[in-house]
Amino acid sequence: MYDPVIKACSHVLIHVPGFVRYGSKPSREIEDSPTSLLPTIEAHLRTFEQAVEYPPNQVFIGNLHPDHLNSIEQPWYRHPVANASRCGPYGEIMPEEEFLGLMKLADDFDLMWLDKEAMPMLKEALQSHSLWKNTDLGKLDTAVENTRIRDRIQNDGSIPLYHRGCIVGCMHRHHEKDDALKAAVLMENLMAKTSGALALAHLLQNADIRADEVDLILNCSEEAVGDRYNRGGGGLAKAIGEMCRCVFATGCDIKAFCVGPIYALVQAVGLVKSGLFKRIVVVGGGSLAKLGMKFRGHLAKDMPILEDVLGGLAFLVVVNDGESPLIRLDSFGKHDIGSGSSQQSIMESLVVKPLHRMGKKITDVDRYAVELQNPEVTVSAGSGNVPLTNYRMIGALAVLGGEIQSGEIDRFVLEHGMPGFSPTQGHIPAAVPFLGHAIDAIKRGEIKNAMFVARGSLFLGRMTQLSDGLSFLIEKNPGKKSGGD
Amino acid sequence: MFKGKKVIVFGERDGVPGPAIAACMKAAGAEVVLTVTECFV
Repeated sequence: MYDPVIKACSHVLIHVPGFVRYGSKPSREIEDSPTSLLPTIEAHLRTFEQAVEYPPNQVFIGNLHPDHLNSIEQPWYRHPVANASRCGPYGEIMPEEEFLGLMKLADDFDLMWLDKEAMPMLKEALQSHSLWKNTDLGKLDTAVENTRIRDRIQNDGSIPLYHRGCIVGCMHRHHEKDDALKAAVLMENLMAKTSGALALAHLLQNADIRADEVDLILNCSEEAVGDRYNRGGGGLAKAIGEMCRCVFATGCDIKAFCVGPIYALVQAVGLVKSGLFKRIVVVGGGSLAKLGMKFRGHLAKDMPILEDVLGGLAFLVVVNDGESPLIRLDSFGKHDIGSGSSQQSIMESLVVKPLHRMGKKITDVDRYAVELQNPEVTVSAGSGNVPLTNYRMIGALAVLGGEIQSGEIDRFVLEHGMPGFSPTQGHIPAAVPFLGHAIDAIKRGEIKNAMFVARGSLFLGRMTQLSDGLSFLIEKNPGKKSGGD
Repeated sequence: MFKGKKVIVFGERDGVPGPAIAACMKAAGAEVVLTVTECFV
């Protein structure tokens, strides 16, 4: 009766070169050799224009189709897109000066101080943004003297905030001995909240609905909001919703490593199907920790540090509207606790089993979205081409099933896969950056269906050796006669 | 060739995961003293 659909998507990037030094990997290595490494990192950061022109970033916000990357010579950073726009059909690429102002708007505890000298520039940047110009920007009037900022940095554990090489503010801790409330953790959480709110604001615009029409928000960001007694306790879903004025929504956080967005979508689909909620937003903000994660490989190749953007995603799940692609409720693939951990057994669980259940073959799915990490980021650092590895495994399963010949795997990958185009932001590349493209292609009749396959690395938390994964399929909506209401 | 040897296993999420390597090592007679899988993306 309440067949669910994903009605709208938003995909956003935020260019934050001033925060690359605070990514987990750069910050640890800078600590070891502060005088020599930091200038080298800064010399390899991109300008905002370079980040906007970067072909994978244009794919992420929807100005280019993923297939377009096949026709652009690599390295892609040497082949910028001419006349590239920061805005696309799914979202935007936001510059750092706007994001700093937006972070201050997201700050409900005066955790962040902004410099009096820098504030006019930051406020002006945000005032010209179509989504925030009508928001109360009063918090941006509470700037402080630079001497007070430097004093807090030197004496109270505050962290300097940089923009174009200058200190423009600082982040404070909120407890002297609580590691969960130290400045670095609060900065990470505030950035996830702010980028999530940007994604949600775009989603509301793309879906053309009012904020007060949303009744549930599920946050799938990779952060751990809480204090010393409840590290990772959550609350970011409602914090993001509050910032976007979703006053009639409640919400909670879904945690599942990189596969979090798919778990959140599965739960949204179930809750809409049951009739408990009508308009559910799944939202994920960006990960500060993963900025510059592969910077060593990039420096070794004398290429720009490409992990200089935060990602943000949001999806709206509603009752069948007769237009948006349907989510097949019998399509969900899961990786059971008792399943094996080999690549083959994981992909059999996530791809082959659900397809057999639906009476479909591997080649019946027009497009597979796997984890879509940009290979230019990972290959240069020796971490391989993740999407290609996964596509080849699905192709190999098609060979085992007698659907294609072994010599046809490359063609299968080209026709049913796509090059990776997502920043390495953990949960952000988890197949779902293709959702906007897939919804549009299905609506236009270019493809009839698409399958989304994501995996999670549960073993990273050292509580189990298990992997994880989840998958689902969307297909063309036959129209209202299919049982929508 | 692994009989009586102590082995430390490093697996990779997108390659061969640690438990799969450990199972092979044990079958080959090794004593697995540590198994870790890492994610490099």
